[in-house]
Amino acid sequence: MLEKAQQLKQQFEEKVQATTVPAELEQLRIEFLGKKGPISSLMGELRNVPNEQKKEAGQIINEVKQFIEETIAQKKTELVKLEEERLINAAEDYDVTFPTEDETGSYHPITLIQREVEEIFEGMGFAIEDYDEIVDDYHCFEALNIPKHHPARDMQDTYYLSTNQLLKTHTSAAQNAILIKYTKELEADRPIRVIFPGRCFRNEKIDACHENTFFQMEGVMVDKDISISNLIYFMKTMLSEVFQQDITVRLRPGFFPFVEPGFELDIQCLICGGEGCPSCKDSGWLELCPCGMIHPNVLTAAGLDPEKYTGFAFGLGLTRLAMMRYGIKDIRVFNSCNLKALSQFENSTFVEPEKEVK
Amino acid sequence: MFVSINWIKEYVDLEGLDIKKLINSFTLATAEVEDIIVKGEDLRDVVVGEILSIENHPNSKKLHLLKVDGGDRIYDVVCGAPNVRENMKIAFVKAGGRVPAGEITKATVAGFESEGMCCSAFELGLSDDKAGLMEIDVDAPNGTNLKDIYPIDDIIFEVDNKSLTNRPDLWGHYGIAREFAALTDRELKPLPLSDLAYNGDEKIKVTVGRDDLVYRYSCVKMDNITKNTSPMALQIRLYYCGMRGINLLADLTNYIMLEMGQPTHAFDANKIDEIVVDTPKADCKFTTLDNVERDITTDTLLINNGSTPVAIAGIMGGLDSEIVGDTNAVVLECANFDGVSVRKSSSRLGLRTDASARYEKMLDPEMTVTAAKRFAYLLQSIDEGASVASLLTDEYVRKYPEINISFNKAYVDKYTGIDISEERILKTLTALGFGVEKENDEFKVKVPSFRATKDVTIKADIIEEITRIYGYDNFSIITTKSPLKPVKSSAVRSQSNEIKDILVKHYNLHEVHSYIWCDVRRFKKLGIEVEDNVKVLNIESSDNGTIRNSMIPTLLCAVSDNKDFSDNFGIFEIGRVAAGVKDDGTANERRRLGIVLFDKTSTEKDVYFRAVNLVKKIFSQIKHKEPEFSKVPAVHAWQHPKNTAQISCDGIVVGTLNSLHPANAQKLDKNGSAVCIEIDVDDFITIKGSNISFLEPSSKQSTYYDLSLLLKDGVTFADMSKCWNALELEELNSVKVIDTYEKDGVKSITVRFIFSSKEKTLEMEQVQSWIDEILANLKNIGIELKL
Repeated sequence: MLEKAQQLKQQFEEKVQATTVPAELEQLRIEFLGKKGPISSLMGELRNVPNEQKKEAGQIINEVKQFIEETIAQKKTELVKLEEERLINAAEDYDVTFPTEDETGSYHPITLIQREVEEIFEGMGFAIEDYDEIVDDYHCFEALNIPKHHPARDMQDTYYLSTNQLLKTHTSAAQNAILIKYTKELEADRPIRVIFPGRCFRNEKIDACHENTFFQMEGVMVDKDISISNLIYFMKTMLSEVFQQDITVRLRPGFFPFVEPGFELDIQCLICGGEGCPSCKDSGWLELCPCGMIHPNVLTAAGLDPEKYTGFAFGLGLTRLAMMRYGIKDIRVFNSCNLKALSQFENSTFVEPEKEVK
Repeated sequence: MFVSINWIKEYVDLEGLDIKKLINSFTLATAEVEDIIVKGEDLRDVVVGEILSIENHPNSKKLHLLKVDGGDRIYDVVCGAPNVRENMKIAFVKAGGRVPAGEITKATVAGFESEGMCCSAFELGLSDDKAGLMEIDVDAPNGTNLKDIYPIDDIIFEVDNKSLTNRPDLWGHYGIAREFAALTDRELKPLPLSDLAYNGDEKIKVTVGRDDLVYRYSCVKMDNITKNTSPMALQIRLYYCGMRGINLLADLTNYIMLEMGQPTHAFDANKIDEIVVDTPKADCKFTTLDNVERDITTDTLLINNGSTPVAIAGIMGGLDSEIVGDTNAVVLECANFDGVSVRKSSSRLGLRTDASARYEKMLDPEMTVTAAKRFAYLLQSIDEGASVASLLTDEYVRKYPEINISFNKAYVDKYTGIDISEERILKTLTALGFGVEKENDEFKVKVPSFRATKDVTIKADIIEEITRIYGYDNFSIITTKSPLKPVKSSAVRSQSNEIKDILVKHYNLHEVHSYIWCDVRRFKKLGIEVEDNVKVLNIESSDNGTIRNSMIPTLLCAVSDNKDFSDNFGIFEIGRVAAGVKDDGTANERRRLGIVLFDKTSTEKDVYFRAVNLVKKIFSQIKHKEPEFSKVPAVHAWQHPKNTAQISCDGIVVGTLNSLHPANAQKLDKNGSAVCIEIDVDDFITIKGSNISFLEPSSKQSTYYDLSLLLKDGVTFADMSKCWNALELEELNSVKVIDTYEKDGVKSITVRFIFSSKEKTLEMEQVQSWIDEILANLKNIGIELKL
């Protein structure tokens, strides 16, 4: 028995030595420890062993069995490790810097700037409205106190349509409809605060600085006691948000029939800080947005009593703002549909995140 | 417009003030100053000199050798000017002095030393007259600095004309001086005028035919005019303000215009008998003084001598009645024409003049007689012999109504948000020429005629007058005290934004903006005919005269332009179209989303189904609903006759998905294919989004069952879906196509049905019975199992 067991052990040791992969070990385990394996048959042979030797013989078989089990386990650990090392060695060394497919969609720059500005205004409690591009003479001119023979109505400025309508020349064309729509706000003692971005059209020759199709944004605020000093405060606050820095503004008289008084608002040049540089034509100031107190006739046209309510309106050239923000020098880029230019505008906003409350 | 500070100083004392600061406050209070030019800085040591003797240069026909008395000594000068003569007083720069072109040095000219230079007015920067030496026309001893006798040192500022559009009173120096007076709290001096004294009974007869186009026509005759050149000082002033000196009378009319803003016209009196202001009965030709023959329509107001046109009213005089140097008598017209009519005539003629630019602004008719008096005053102060030779004719046809405005301080406080004192209000308005009376709390203001033609009409206009002079920089700035209110985003805006995000972030599409009109030529390249639609009547290129009725053609043009961008890309735009005309005759404007997918690497079919999937994604992400697709006949010629499908949801048709008609597809690209989607955003937002109704996931095992089905022409997957949807089985969780094959023209698909129940694991017998039912339904529409 002992001899057989020793033989078996030796046999196993030879075989286990030769294994190279874990699967072979499993086969070996079945071969030696399986029901039909030599250990089992040795166990069976115990029956024939005299009783006084049984104990010793049993011990010997068990020792061999234990030896086999342990060796397999040990060898298995070794082999798994070896296998892993082999896999690692065989694995491809990925070049993480290798170019990947770089297809990414893009937004139109106007969408990006519009979203940015809208977010600021939403934060200041403004509703955002949209309005038609094809409007009538009443909304574009008459309701805005622009008289019949005003040069702005000339054919060289306005695209007139066969339907007795026109392509809106300014976002102000929405003012009347918006004031009417929001009248109920005033009646409920809440101010009208609305912005309305939109695409505008002027009959103009196109060059690097002029487009016949461009975006503006207009805003109005109307309440019982809105004053010029409120307007100045608001414009300064709003523009500081838009440019993400403290802005110095100045107002000059500007003539627009739908405001009185009307202003041209200049901001101190952001590039030279007011010292004078080529981009502000050495004046230190950049003309940025027209604004003013809404003309009483405009309020009246919308059914509001100008003795009771006052308000201000302001315009912001979104196309111009996008040019400033992104450094676009040629306005023709916007309507070019040229993806080599436009596909660069991948991201929504570049606003620096505020620090969180800790 | 160029403004001379010297000229302003004739009416307002600016002594002791910082002129540049003052000009800056003019920008902030009145109108934008674009440029400030300091004159005279580049002239140094230019003196009055006298030519004592002239010798011909031995080697040159043009040059002369002069002895010039420079005051301190006699200078040798070599000079090429043609108008030299002995005892002529000229402008002389000694070597070491300076003219705009540079420093003058001693030089040897053609063998002779020259110790200085005799200058033309052009060389001194005082005129564009290069013809000869500038002759000194005032008495001054030799050696007198030229700057002491002529207004050479000056500050000129250029005001942006656009910012004067609404201020007819600012188109002359006197009006600007009034602003300076108000800004500096100093007095505005009156203009010196003649009283037009005349002892006779001659009077020029004036008849106004079109009194709707004329406010006032005044004229007077002057004769015995002997001088015909303007004093140098006046010429310099005109030149600094951007005008050329012509002759005394023409220069004086320009001077009056630059001073008062009132255009005047001087006719040769010998050519005027009686004046008729009228439009012609028939179209005619007329030659203006610039020697251009012009077509005159019957809406153009003319000034006629009897029945012969002599000027286009408010725009330009005629060649035949022009003042030439030897005219000794003039009829001076000081008139006020309707601004709109002048503007229309001037744009019809393509002829914009300094006069028409001013009339367009609606000038004050009160100025005409003053201008005549001012002209006579100036003429007589230059040419003492000149005399008034007729009574003043003054046809005051139409008057602007007098405007009176009342307001109180509370109104000013409310509108400004700050406290401007009553004294300040009174002072400002008075300085600006307003008549102001205070009655109890009420300010009663009379608007001066020069502000009453259109500019100042209501209280709010008065606020502007008060605040701009007060200075917006002096305002304290105050936040509003408006209550908070929640702001809701409109459906159009939020859903448009969502669509853009899905298309950009999920499908890597590129957003573009294209024009709202159709570009005939670019369309043609793709074989697309522009369909009849709303027209732009006055677009520069008639090729663009039609408003688009679909987003797709303009986007296809964009795709075509970008073919070298990538082999595989998509673009989209949310824009407007005019979907024809509504019942009320107005354009049916719609917001539309247009998408074009372009691909050179996949089959058209693959691109088509990518597009279908994209539409489904838009619906599921935004509406949590599934759209329905059904084939429809092509509406546009560029749509594929077979593969055009309408997209609908909840019975609302919202758009179209199509591949291109082969004719257009071939023109777009021989190898690539384009598939188009157009969704009406206005319709899309009317579809109610469905809420998420949460289903507890089943813990029981699900059972699947695959069927291979033979397809049949004319039977769509949607038809087949009805066969299993008809069972209305709660246990049927999903149906998926897991395979498609085609062999020998026979198409088949494998469909996997997944069943499960919340309560129990389903018995196979049960599932089989449902499948049998489905198969029976399929059989009814001709769909058989593939064996």
